[in-house]
Parts: sequence; C-alpha cells; structure tokens
Amino acid sequence: MAFLEVQGLKKVFPGAAGRADTVVFEDIGFGIERGEFVCIIGHSGCGKTTILNVLAGLESPTDGVVIMDGREVAGPSLDRGVVFQGHALMPWLTVLKNVAFAVKSRWPDWTRDRIDAHARKYIAMVGLAGAEHKKPAELSGGMKQRVGIARAFAIQPKMLLLDEPFGALDALTRGTIQDELLRIVQATHQTVFMITHDVDEAILLADKILLMSNGPRALIAEVVENTMPRDRTRNTIFNDPQYYRIRNHLVDFLVNRSKLYQSGAGRDGDRHPPVLRPGLDEAEAPAAAPGRQGEPPPLAHKPAALVVNLR
Amino acid sequence: MFTRETLRAALLSLVFALAALAVWHFATVQPERAAAADDEYAQLMGRGVRKSDGFPTPAQLGEAVVQHLSRPFYDNGPNDKGVGIQLAYSLARVAGGFTLAILVAVPLGFLIGMSPLLNRALNPFIQVLKPISPLAWMPLALYTIKDSSVSGVFVIFICSLWPALINTAYGVASVRRDWLSVAKTLEVPPLRRAFRVILPAAAPTILTGMRISIGIAWLVIVAAEMLVGGTGIGYFVWNEWNNLNLTNVIFAILVIGVMGMILDFVFGRLQKLVTYVE
Ligand SMILES: Nc1ncnc2c1ncn2[C@@H]1O[C@H](COP(=O)(O)OP(=O)(O)OP(=O)(O)O)[C@@H](O)[C@H]1O
Ligand SMILES: [Mg+2]
Repeated sequence: MAFLEVQGLKKVFPGAAGRADTVVFEDIGFGIERGEFVCIIGHSGCGKTTILNVLAGLESPTDGVVIMDGREVAGPSLDRGVVFQGHALMPWLTVLKNVAFAVKSRWPDWTRDRIDAHARKYIAMVGLAGAEHKKPAELSGGMKQRVGIARAFAIQPKMLLLDEPFGALDALTRGTIQDELLRIVQATHQTVFMITHDVDEAILLADKILLMSNGPRALIAEVVENTMPRDRTRNTIFNDPQYYRIRNHLVDFLVNRSKLYQSGAGRDGDRHPPVLRPGLDEAEAPAAAPGRQGEPPPLAHKPAALVVNLR
Repeated sequence: MFTRETLRAALLSLVFALAALAVWHFATVQPERAAAADDEYAQLMGRGVRKSDGFPTPAQLGEAVVQHLSRPFYDNGPNDKGVGIQLAYSLARVAGGFTLAILVAVPLGFLIGMSPLLNRALNPFIQVLKPISPLAWMPLALYTIKDSSVSGVFVIFICSLWPALINTAYGVASVRRDWLSVAKTLEVPPLRRAFRVILPAAAPTILTGMRISIGIAWLVIVAAEMLVGGTGIGYFVWNEWNNLNLTNVIFAILVIGVMGMILDFVFGRLQKLVTYVE
C-alpha cells in the first residue's frame, strides 16, 4: 500500500433547488509513495481543487476513502500542509507572524524565541530573509506565494498539498520559485501533491503526472511516469528528447483525449488508472484511450523555451 | 503631509467661516440701547452675560464662550453648573451605555455571525427592535428602573446596540473562507481561532459598527437628557431655553458638535488602527 492511497473517491454537489446534482468526479483512485512529487493536470472545472480539498480533509467525499500512512483521512490535520491558490496569508500579520502562527499551532508549547527562530529559518529558506517584518500587502505576488510555501513547510507536515501555487505569477518569477521548490523538496524528501495547469511545470517538478479527464463525472484517465533523470533543471530539460515525448503526450491528452472520457467511454471501473511511460513504451498505450497516439500534435515547440533561455 | 491642496482647503474654510460670521453679525447687530434694565435682569438670572432681545450677535457668543471656558467646572446647585460638568455627565452616561452595548453586541454578534441558524432565528427580533426610536423606550425604562439617570444610560445602551451587533455579525460571517481553511488545516482550537483569526479579520467591520453606535449615542443623549432633565449637556440646552438665553443655547450647540466630532475622530483612529490592506 502506498503512503497515500485514494480509493473509489466520488464527490457529488447537491444541485440548487430543482436542478440535478453534479457528480464532479467518481471512481478516482491513485497512490502516492513517500517522497514522491505528484502533479495533477486537467481542464478548468474538472474537480482538481475538490480532490485536493478532500485530501486536505477540508471537504468530505461522497464516497470512497483517502488513507494516509495507514490511517483514514477524516478531517484537516497538521500532517498535511496546504498552500492555497490565493496564498491565503493573513493580511494583518507580518510575514514572520504569519509563519509563526502556523509554527505555534504545530508546537503550542514552544517558547516565543524558539517559534520565531524556527519561522525565520523557513522564511530564509524561501529567500525572504529581510522581509520578516513586512505585511503581505507590501509584498509582490511571488513573495506572498513564497510565504505561503514557507508557512506550509514550517509545520513539517508528512505531506504537502499545493493548489496551483504559481498560477498567478509571471513566467520569470514562476521559474525562480519552481527552482526553489524543487531544491527544498529534494533536500527535505517531502511528499507533494500539486495541482497545475502548466505542462512544463509538471514535467519539471513531478515524478508522476495524473491526467484528469473533463468533468462532470471526471476520472483520472492515466498516470504518466516522468522518465527523465531526477537531477533535471529548467536549463537542461529542453535538451532531452524525452522531454518532447512526454510533453507531446500530455498536450495530446489535454487537447484531444481528455473529453473522450466524459460519456463514460474508456471508463473501466474502480481500479487504478493505467501507468504510462511516453516514449519508452508507447506501444502499451491504454486500449481504453481512443485518441490518436502516433504522430505528435503540432505544439512541440512552445516558445516557453525562450523564457528559460533568458536566465 | 502639508500639501498645497490642504493649505488651500484650510484657507477656503476660513473664508467660509468669516463670511458666515459676517452675515450673522450684520443680521443680528442692533443700535446700542440703554441696557440698564437688561443688566438688572441678567443679574437676577445669575448670569454675567448680558441678555439681549432677539438673536445674539457673534460678539455676544464670543463673550459667552470665553466666560464658559474660563470656568467650566463651577457648581452652584442643580440649575447652575459649569458646562464642563454637564458635558462630563453626558459623556459618563454615553460611556456607560455604550460600553454595556459593546459588551453585549460583540459576543452576541460573534455567535450570530458564526451560526447561520442563530442568525436566522434572531433576525426577526433584530429587524423589529432596530427601527424603534430609542426614546420610545424611555417610559418603560423610567417605570422599571425608576431612576432618570440610569434610564438615560439604558436608552444609550439600546441605541448603541444595533449597529454594533449587526456589523459584528456581518463582519464575522464574511471572514474569508481561505483564512478559516488555514486555521482548520493548522488544527487551531476554537478559542484561538476566534481571537487570532476571526476577531482581527472582522475588526474593521466591528469598529465601523462601534463608530456608528457612538455617533447615534451622542445624538440620542441630548434628546434623552432634555426629556428626563437633571444633568447633562442636553439638560443644559433645555434649561437655557427656559431661561430664554439663546446665547448659551448656541454655545451648547457648538459644544455638542465639537464633542461629537472628537468622539468620531477617536473611533476613526481606532478603526484605522485595526484596518488591514489585502
Ligand atoms: N461548493 C460547491 N458547490 C457546488 N458545486 C461546486 C462547489 N465547489 C465546486 N463545485 C463544482 O465542482 C466542479 C469542480 O470544481 P473545482 O474547483 O474542483 O475545479 P478545478 O478543477 O479546481 O478548476 P480550476 O482549474 O478552474 O481551479 C466545478 O464544476 C464546480 O462548479
Ligand atoms: Mg482549482
């Protein structure tokens, strides 16, 4: 059994008066190993945030279970640190106090000095030393997001949940923070579940990429294993032909295949989705996925590479 | 800080004030008359200020201002106290009623804001009680409490209650979900969540309510004291009206206005202190 096991997850939101209920997703099942970095990609509204909220314990599933470290998730817990989409810093507290608030929640018995020292360590880790006494309103979007990351890391959770943490950032800032996140995660062997809508980000960061079909009744259609070496960086990633194979596979899914699951086609019951290694075992493409496989879609050379080369 | 714009605004304010004073002066000034009888009358009334027929002139008001401010705290019995003393009585009643109202409104508003059930259950009562003029409670208060001064405090309590209550409930109910989610994922216990997350998040709205409350309280105290008499700046106005001393009435009006401005300023400052930029 994996460190985090998700089985038969289903979420139904009751419809407004007189309207039918929405089944956001069903039959969601996957596992995350300890120390693994997993990204989930899918179109807007397919239910990614809802899955993350269920993992966090902020929302209860209609059906199915989430088991972490052998125990069922039944509510929010300090074991799972969450970085929210809109940073969710408390604007009346300084950077230091925001992080210290989390630290104090985790270790209520610590002295003030110890709490502050611990918080400062994590603020420095995200490169914000010197900004401890600023209020969130005085920070740029990227800096705020980094405080959110520091806050989540500072409580040393068993697992991190990130909801499009870099969604609102420009490409340059995003690149810098991605590097930082990668460095910290590799240093701390943190287990991470992250939502993103950026294919390149997923390939850079993730060991495993979950592809989610369009809602309603969305499901995890495939799991793509990242077969690139773990010491990949944003500068070297584009030299590896494997990068383009994975990228094409992901883009093909999002453009062509994600909607094919909607009708129920390709649905094969409550079991873990097929695991794919694009470029290495293309032949084992899932029989259930009726999309085009062979030729890559014409998006292979996205100018995102330009941004990276600037640095 | 001291920009051209503020300087010009201040100058213009001064011009307006002078113009108003000039109009007032020329509208009220009368040819000098023998005023011996008037003087005697004034002596009788126990006031140094010369009583004139008709509306007082700015100069007379100025005289009254100087006189009152030079002896604000004298006490010559129930109908002749310094304006400072009267003001202190009014402020004490407002402070008492307002403090009681906040002590009830903020905790109750917290509960209402946190519980949609309680909100819906109490809403009809609030909607009915809120539009009642606080003075309408006066007879009931006088009958049950049997003390005019305490009744005044009660009236202030009632009128301060609603804005503070409604704003607190609204502020608490509209705390951003994100912050509550943060508190939940950090397993923050309920009391700490109330004081460290919800209270600071709702504080600007709560203080807005308190600011409205103190404004209304200051409006109402004057009317209440006119009604029950005895002491206070409202009673002072009523008493001077009975003395037909319009100069003192105008002076009292001025004092009421300035005091109201100071109260509003203080709460504006407090509001600024707890306001955060998102
Ligand atoms: N509280 C709710 N009540 C009813 N429906 C909801 C609720 N929250 C989400 N939904 C619906 O569930 C679906 C999934 O929402 P969710 O926020 O999980 O999408 P998402 O994949 O995170 O989208 P995005 O990429 O745009 O953030 C949407 O269709 C949304 O309308
Ligand atoms: Mg989302």
